[in-house]
Amino acid sequence: MKFSEEFEKRFADMLTHYPTKRSCLVPTLLYAQDEAGYLSDEVIAELAGRLELTELDVRNVISYYSMLTTKPRGQYNVQVCTNIACMLRGGEELLEHCKKKLGIGHKGTTPDGQFSLEEVECIGACSWAPAVQVNYDFHENLTVEKMDKVLAGYQEKK
Amino acid sequence: MADLVSHSDEVKIVSRRFGQGAANLDRYLELDGYKAVQKALSMQPDDIINLVKNSGLRGRGGAGFSTGMKWSFVPKTAPKPKYVLCNGDESEPGTCKDRLIFEHDPHSVIEGVMIAALAVGSQAGYIYIRGEYRYLSNIMQKAIADAYARGFIGKNIFGSGRDLEIYWHGGAGAYEVGEESALMESLEGKRGIPRIRPPFPAVVGLWGGPTVINNAETLASVPHILLGGAEWYAGLGTPKNGGTRLFCLSGNLNKPGVYELPMGYNLKKMIEEVGGGIANGRKLKAVVPGGSSTPVLLPNEIDVAMDFDSVAKAGSMLGSGGVVVLDDTTCMVKFALRTIKFYQHESCGWCIPCREGTDWLKKTLTRFHHGAGQKKDIDNIQYLAENMLGRTFCPLGDAAAMPTIAFVKKFRQEFEDHLDGKPCPYEKNVAEPALA
Repeated sequence: MKFSEEFEKRFADMLTHYPTKRSCLVPTLLYAQDEAGYLSDEVIAELAGRLELTELDVRNVISYYSMLTTKPRGQYNVQVCTNIACMLRGGEELLEHCKKKLGIGHKGTTPDGQFSLEEVECIGACSWAPAVQVNYDFHENLTVEKMDKVLAGYQEKK
Repeated sequence: MADLVSHSDEVKIVSRRFGQGAANLDRYLELDGYKAVQKALSMQPDDIINLVKNSGLRGRGGAGFSTGMKWSFVPKTAPKPKYVLCNGDESEPGTCKDRLIFEHDPHSVIEGVMIAALAVGSQAGYIYIRGEYRYLSNIMQKAIADAYARGFIGKNIFGSGRDLEIYWHGGAGAYEVGEESALMESLEGKRGIPRIRPPFPAVVGLWGGPTVINNAETLASVPHILLGGAEWYAGLGTPKNGGTRLFCLSGNLNKPGVYELPMGYNLKKMIEEVGGGIANGRKLKAVVPGGSSTPVLLPNEIDVAMDFDSVAKAGSMLGSGGVVVLDDTTCMVKFALRTIKFYQHESCGWCIPCREGTDWLKKTLTRFHHGAGQKKDIDNIQYLAENMLGRTFCPLGDAAAMPTIAFVKKFRQEFEDHLDGKPCPYEKNVAEPALA
């Protein structure tokens, strides 16, 4: 299992931050997922080994956190918030629009692997609702038209 | 990234460096940065604690507990290291303020953690930022590295002979982790499940050591209190509710945004003037005054001072400062359902009243909204919620139950209008104008 230099540097650094090795697990899982695409058996085994945990320990943690996944997602994970503040300003309509546009449902992935779609809970953009996160990028004050532009932008990026 | 707004009634304390480029350390220093911590180094720990106590600063995460009091609970001597933990797992629906602090003024959080550490005799602080806020974690990681490079944190800070380490940490998606004991579990690399209390974190916290846990906004307020004084800060707000706070206005308003207003600012004025009134010429239907876990207020209940005690007297909570405004096209059954759907999703499942309670509430409300509800369900919803209250390890159970009880009590007619297999009588109003 090979991670980037940046990952290794951060990981080595984090190990010095806590009195127990295990403490760096949650952020490390997310950074590992960002590089590997998802938390595969191989990634889980690797991190369990490094942190002196069982694979079960690691899996128990993964299953708790909503951003962590053991299944591959699309290159761009479109996360539409439909929680109260977004709902009041059209979050549900945005989600429906994305479903139609991408031809996939909640937690689905397009056949070409470019997009995944997810209905998510509050992402902390309530004053700029409705909001969507694509991977880590926030897109706010959206309308259906603006959403189309956002998706088109990622489509071009490939 | 998120747009900044302003209003003439704002009193900018925590937000005074927003939009000023203060994430840059040199710029932060120009704007009085790291002066407060140097002042703290010249003070006795008890004097720092008393100053913060006298300022009337109360926890901005939601509970509103006196910050100075919290710090005073940490034992002077302890067999294990003491820690300060900044809670930046902001995820209460309606709340989006810590985001702006991390983006525009990350060093103020570092400085607040440092001052708290000096006050309680700790040598290490952690700043936990939710996983979704990756760009903010990057800003914070850089801010910490810059402060280390300048020798502001680490060994012998400001030549005082004192060592103080500050670290960043990140989550990976979990509302429950914003609860203080679950936050510690998460930082220790585990599932975010709450711990039973007592012992309280101030005595037994991170890795068994005494731990102070404060919200990011609370900590970012502390340097200003040290420089401006307790009296000045207390005088900005109302009795026992010192200072200002960041109010996140959202929902059907003309000018939603995050505004810093004095504690005790009138809610009606906040909605009508600061938030620019209800959008699209519609009427106000209800307000959720402090994040999704706080009981809803009716239009005739909003002539209230937005401080912890006044909002409590009005039957709700000031909470996390998330003011969600609903116009008259909102279906309250649907709104209640969306609220409970969130808590059902986020319940960690550790204790039964919360796990089962949120699940049954969601099922019952779903049935209701789809027109298959029965009259007895209305009472059932309330009964279920009331039986969750106070019966869970952590406040998530209460956070789900309290607003639910208020929805049923205050909008009973709307629940009754959903009976007898009718389609939702309010739904049609919701869909059409929602997108501006």
